[in-house]
Amino acid sequence: MFAIAAAVLVLVPLLAIFLYLLIKGIGSVNIAFLTQTPKPPGETGGGMANAIVGTGLILAVSSVIGLPLGIGSGIYLAEYGRNRFGDLIRFTADVLNGVPSIVIGIAVYSLIVVRQKHFSAFSGGVALGIMMIPTVARATEEMLLMVPNVVREAALGLGISKWRTTLSISLRTASAGVITGCMLAFARVAGETAPLLFTAFGNQFWNLKLNQPTAALSLQVFTYAISPYDDWHKQAWAGALVLILLIVGAVAAVRITTSRGMMKGA
Amino acid sequence: MTSMPPLVHVDQQRQAPSTVLEKIRHTYPASSRIPDAVFGVIILISAISVFAIVVLVAWELIEKSQLSLHQFGIKFFYGHDWDPVNDSFGAMPFIYGTLVSSALALLLAVPLSIGVAVYITEMCPQGLRAFISFMVELLAAIPSVIYGLWGIFVLAPLLRVYVQPFLARTLGWTGFFGGPMYGLGMLAAGIIMAIMVVPVIASITREVMTAVPQNQREAVLALGATRWEMIRIGVLRNARIGIVGGIILGLGRALGETMAVTMVIGNRPEISKSLFAPGYTMASVIANEFTEATGDLYLSALVEIGLALFIVTLIVNALARLLVWSITGGTARVRA
Repeated sequence: MFAIAAAVLVLVPLLAIFLYLLIKGIGSVNIAFLTQTPKPPGETGGGMANAIVGTGLILAVSSVIGLPLGIGSGIYLAEYGRNRFGDLIRFTADVLNGVPSIVIGIAVYSLIVVRQKHFSAFSGGVALGIMMIPTVARATEEMLLMVPNVVREAALGLGISKWRTTLSISLRTASAGVITGCMLAFARVAGETAPLLFTAFGNQFWNLKLNQPTAALSLQVFTYAISPYDDWHKQAWAGALVLILLIVGAVAAVRITTSRGMMKGA
Repeated sequence: MTSMPPLVHVDQQRQAPSTVLEKIRHTYPASSRIPDAVFGVIILISAISVFAIVVLVAWELIEKSQLSLHQFGIKFFYGHDWDPVNDSFGAMPFIYGTLVSSALALLLAVPLSIGVAVYITEMCPQGLRAFISFMVELLAAIPSVIYGLWGIFVLAPLLRVYVQPFLARTLGWTGFFGGPMYGLGMLAAGIIMAIMVVPVIASITREVMTAVPQNQREAVLALGATRWEMIRIGVLRNARIGIVGGIILGLGRALGETMAVTMVIGNRPEISKSLFAPGYTMASVIANEFTEATGDLYLSALVEIGLALFIVTLIVNALARLLVWSITGGTARVRA
């Protein structure tokens, strides 16, 4: 009885959050919201177009950094790392996964922002990229370990070199799971706000340059939510809805494109 | 390319390669030897990068907090005074806020998560199982800032109008539920954090409960136990170390939680017995004041709070992983 009540109690906030997002967000999402930049405080109207583009920019940088490093270390853990050193890396990856995002923000701030002397989309991407690595690495490892050894031995027996075997046979076989892991990591960092506060910093205007401060959807939602203006509150709900939809949309798009064609897993 | 000894033996008998290098050239055709080595190095570098990043993060934090470490020493952690104007910094109110809000979150989340895990693994109809675990996982996918937004505009008014007056009436005598009711405050932060921590604890608990062998359950049932007794004696008791690991992992998540808490806790560096009162946490003071910190000592003090947070979450996570690993043999998929 108690367990059923617990299950219901847990699902209530989830439904409540989605319901409120839909109800409050949908009224404020319009063409202006999706195409204009923010208006100065006090004026109504305007939108978050620059923040949507900024989020895309930051996520592109983070994927370029996080996915190769994550998949690479996943391959190491599964194919080479069945030893003490592998255990150390595995443990470090799990520790990195648990480091609060805001702490990573501070580290990237002092590593990149302080040296460059200005906030930038690049530093935001680096912070999110670092957060992607452990998730991707552990997922890749897990999926590669599920590929039967017979498959590897067959490939090696045909005289295929180890790197070809790993990339074209093992990783290819595990690709469905690896892609799912990458999507999870992507979805996890897409809504991150804390590390962007002092790396990407936010921006009221259009910016497409990597070395300039950049707006991000999550940052904009935060700024607007704690502001005293009703119009900005509405936009915060709209921004949150767009953010959720972008995350769900990206995940669904990857799912659809990978479920057919050449990237299809075993 | 590790297991080809027979070939080598044959070669040795036939032409007896003189050097180690020659031996390798015989076993590895030249076409794949160099690419394999290059590939191995690239993969090794990416693995080392994980380690390097953690070291680099730690090093940056230690270096940038030197100023404050030398200025205040250990006093930093029990000083009550947070006064940027006079360059006097003590982190006690933030440590208190982090500990109390996390404890509150765990207090609410632990029974719920164990309940959900028990429901999913032991009681749920087969068809509903995947759906409910998907929904719980979905809770983990909602960005922190959206929880905060929901907390400000939905949860806080709800608390202010209904929950807090009720608590003040019934439990006001304890002193934990008194004072002005803003809605925003320690209680709101604890509740929001509890919702965010449930998927972490629930998924680990589910994992370790699934790892309990089926014949344990059958044995307890065969002794005439009811279903609840079976779950309690046969499953929960066997899985307890792993569940504790999951709870500690949830604690790690709660300690470092930033955005949602910053948005609902009220952000006032005071220590108050009442849970209705606004508070402040270590993570949220960094989020709020880092970009506005004027002066090197101020910035250094904030970085020192970050360092403390880093070390605490490091220990908490290491402990949790070890406990979970000892149950599931290192295969548990841990998402936090």
